[in-house]
Amino acid sequence: MYQNSMNFSEVFKQSNQLCKVSPDGKYLATCVQYRLVVRDFNTLQIVHLYTCLDQVMHMEWSSDSLFILCAMYKRGLVQVWSLEQPDWHCKIDEGSIGLVSSRWSPDGRHILNTTEFNLRVTVWSLCTKSVSYIKYPKACQKGVDFTTDGRYMALAERRECKDYISVFVCDDWHLLRHFESETQDLAGLEWSPNGCVLAVWDNCLEYKILFYSLDGRLLSSYSAYEWSLGIKSVAWSPSSQFLAVGSYDEKVRILNHITWKKITEFEHPATIINTKAVVFKEVEKRPVVGSEDLSIHQLTMNNSLFSTQSKYEITQLPAQVPVIKPDPDRANPKIGISTLAFSADNRYLATKNDNMPQSLWVWDMQRLSLLAVLEQTAPVRCFVWDPRRPRLALCTGNTKVYLWSPAGCVSVNVPVEGSFQVQSLFWHCSGSTLILLSKEHICLCYVDAEEEK
Amino acid sequence: MGDWWTPTMMPDPSLDTKELSSISGISMSPSRQNLHHSLHSTMALPKNSYSVLSAFCTEENVSQCIAYVNQEVCSLGLTGVSLESKSGSLSAVPVLNLLYEVLQLQRRAQRALNDLETQQLKSGSDLEHLQHSNCRLKDQLEHTRRENSGLHEGERQLQLKIKTLQNCLKSEKEEVQKLQSIISSRATQYNHDTKRKERECTKLKERLNQLLMDKRDKKLSIEMSNYLGRSDGKRGLWKTGKMEARHEGEMYRALLSDYETRQRTLMLENSELKKVLQHMKKDMIAILSPKKHCIKTEPADDSLEQAGSEGEEEIGESSRETLEQSCEQAREQLTNSIRLQWRKLKSHMERLDSQASLVACQEREAEEMMSRKEHEEEMQRMRMELQQCKEFIHMQQQLLQQLSSPCDEETAALLNDCYTLEEKERLKEEWRLFNEQKRNFERERKNFTEAAIRLGHERKMFEEDRAAWLKTQFLNMTPFVDRKRPALSEPHSALSVSTEPEAKLQSTPPLVTKSQSYSVFSTPKAAPVKMPSTADLYRSLHLIPESRGHGKCPSGETLTKSRLRNCSTDCSVISLVRDENSPI
Repeated sequence: MYQNSMNFSEVFKQSNQLCKVSPDGKYLATCVQYRLVVRDFNTLQIVHLYTCLDQVMHMEWSSDSLFILCAMYKRGLVQVWSLEQPDWHCKIDEGSIGLVSSRWSPDGRHILNTTEFNLRVTVWSLCTKSVSYIKYPKACQKGVDFTTDGRYMALAERRECKDYISVFVCDDWHLLRHFESETQDLAGLEWSPNGCVLAVWDNCLEYKILFYSLDGRLLSSYSAYEWSLGIKSVAWSPSSQFLAVGSYDEKVRILNHITWKKITEFEHPATIINTKAVVFKEVEKRPVVGSEDLSIHQLTMNNSLFSTQSKYEITQLPAQVPVIKPDPDRANPKIGISTLAFSADNRYLATKNDNMPQSLWVWDMQRLSLLAVLEQTAPVRCFVWDPRRPRLALCTGNTKVYLWSPAGCVSVNVPVEGSFQVQSLFWHCSGSTLILLSKEHICLCYVDAEEEK
Repeated sequence: MGDWWTPTMMPDPSLDTKELSSISGISMSPSRQNLHHSLHSTMALPKNSYSVLSAFCTEENVSQCIAYVNQEVCSLGLTGVSLESKSGSLSAVPVLNLLYEVLQLQRRAQRALNDLETQQLKSGSDLEHLQHSNCRLKDQLEHTRRENSGLHEGERQLQLKIKTLQNCLKSEKEEVQKLQSIISSRATQYNHDTKRKERECTKLKERLNQLLMDKRDKKLSIEMSNYLGRSDGKRGLWKTGKMEARHEGEMYRALLSDYETRQRTLMLENSELKKVLQHMKKDMIAILSPKKHCIKTEPADDSLEQAGSEGEEEIGESSRETLEQSCEQAREQLTNSIRLQWRKLKSHMERLDSQASLVACQEREAEEMMSRKEHEEEMQRMRMELQQCKEFIHMQQQLLQQLSSPCDEETAALLNDCYTLEEKERLKEEWRLFNEQKRNFERERKNFTEAAIRLGHERKMFEEDRAAWLKTQFLNMTPFVDRKRPALSEPHSALSVSTEPEAKLQSTPPLVTKSQSYSVFSTPKAAPVKMPSTADLYRSLHLIPESRGHGKCPSGETLTKSRLRNCSTDCSVISLVRDENSPI
């Protein structure tokens, strides 16, 4: 179904998984060691080539797609390049204090650098060259979050052994609110997509999630259980209507935005007996030369003959999901829901349970029930929803890319020279192209939307 | 017996041994033996005594022997008999008597001995048995004791175990408590340490920050070709109080807008839900109203249901009106009406279901005859419907009447009368039936009495016949046998005639025959005493009042009369015979 409409680009080099598409979708930036390559996304012609001072560790587009930030953490350096003015150049040196993280502010005119030991956050303005500091940032899972409209920033802080939250106005870094959070040890915070509610959750020792209004009022708090490892992951639905909370008890709890109470919980049982769910199992098979599936293109590639083909088979229910037993003596045990993602239309939720690494679960948010389970032959590395359509792409570190849609499942071999083991992937903002990343290369996969039906 | 005998027997051997030893030393041992033997067996005694006899009694010691024997006998208690030697010779009679006595004694002793022996045997065996059982019981006791002690031991051990386990538990509990306290202390310690560390860390950070700031880190810098314009194209603004107020305002605006949007969505949802509700209500009403007609065909509780549905319709309409106004006021009413209608719908659906299943069953039964049957069924149903409708109309009229004048007492009474009219009529009918039955009974009784009277007449006739027969019998003794026949034939004919009317009464004949048979078989001797009178019959048949009215003359009179008549007839017969005889 997809195979006919899927085309692959040639392969480009890349390092440190640094490959980003500009927010407007026009350019593709990749880093190869200390070089930054910017290509036109449609033609894949190199538009600009910048040379940094050292190997780039982090690269990021500004929100207006005009600037690219390249951070070299080892050197404590940040370099900014302009697309419009290739001669324009900016270099920020954090000095001996060190640098662990660098990011754009939503306006694309400020850079926020977090220094080593989370000593402070330095805000550099590209407009005024001014620098300001925010002290006591908390080192945690997700300590900083911007609202989607880019107006406000929430920052977790730790002072006097207590957690605080600061809300800044990004326009002029004015501190709008500063309040103590009712957490033991804050682990993360995230704005709702409409920017009015801030979800704050405690670290895994305690199941606690708090909801704060923009003005710092505590709206509600929720705790599912006590005395056990708690929250592992949190995701807002794009409509801000639901908050999915994945926890170490292998369940996802869906909270609603009116009462902030649980609507339902999704269990991840080892035996699937829900008759409404479809279990797709990936089955590998040896390639058969001469089969009609093999296109001329594939036949010309040597590797395709050696790589195994795979397809999905629908398993009869009840089906067993492979489970690994986590080591209870080690910290951060491999159990529980580590990743959650809502589809762009709020209709589906994809989850991954860490002690069932080969399975991906897709839930129907309208019927609040399990819709599909994808059982892969290898652990799922990464899965991303199409930003436009209810379509999920995933990879498992092998030479295939997998797609799920309500219509079904498909696995596609990446037909490139040499083996291209897909480590991660992401969608172009138009939803028509998938960018596949292997350890040192990238490949573009064009998914024709027209023939999806 | 045995008790009495043993003391007398026991001294014997010692006695005669002494005596004998003094008499003759030679015979001592055998005599002793004999005596011993004699105690045991009588059979062996004569033989031995004979052989020893020579030694015991010789010519010389006869007197001594006699004395000895006497003494012995005396000691044996046979005082009445003693041997006397008369001039050296013994008279045979006392000896024989003595012998006899001794023998008797001996036999008795023997028997007693036997008895004792058997008794001893028995007691011996009993003893043995008892000993045996005793032994066994002892064993058992021993065993039980052992068992008991074993159990005691076990119990003791178990108790010990329990004690140790309890100790264990206690120690474990203590351990747990200790561990918990350790954990909590550790936790507090850890928390304290972390806080301390964190404080140190922050202090260090502060210090580091200070140092870095103080040192004026040369490296900390930004190099830029030229300044950039703001992304929104505006110029940066100074931080002033005004700005702060503006930010606050913006924030609140944002919040407000969010709440507004949320409210809007909620309102939208609400209105949507209302619309759905309204639609549902409308649908429900639409569904339920044709159902009313259907219900009319249903025989059961249709009036009630219709009334209910009408009421609901009103409620529904009112709620529909209020639905547009405000949900809050009419919410309860609305939900109630919805619930009611929903329930009705459900029941209706259930009924439909059952009907459908019934129809399906019927279909399965007769599928080929469907068309005609269907037609017929349809007709039938229509007819039934019509009938029910009529009934319904009637009932409604009645109800209307009731409703139109519910407080009017007269009409209520009238209605009540109407209600009881039917019953009255029924009672009347019953009364009529009852009367008829009564009449029948009376007629029957009359018939019966008539029959009884006839029976009485017949008996009288029979009596007369019998008298005649007796007379003839009597006359038969005499040589006038031939004369008897015409006299007998007469009552026969009378009887046969009388039975003819009897046939009309069907219940009476057995009784009549019975009485006839009684009368026939009762012997002529007891006839006057045992013959039941008509009055008795009536009494037995519980017809006394009738009999009283009917036969006013006392039974005794009739009896005497009949007897008199019998006598007279007898006399007449005799006289007649005499008359006849006389010419002969």
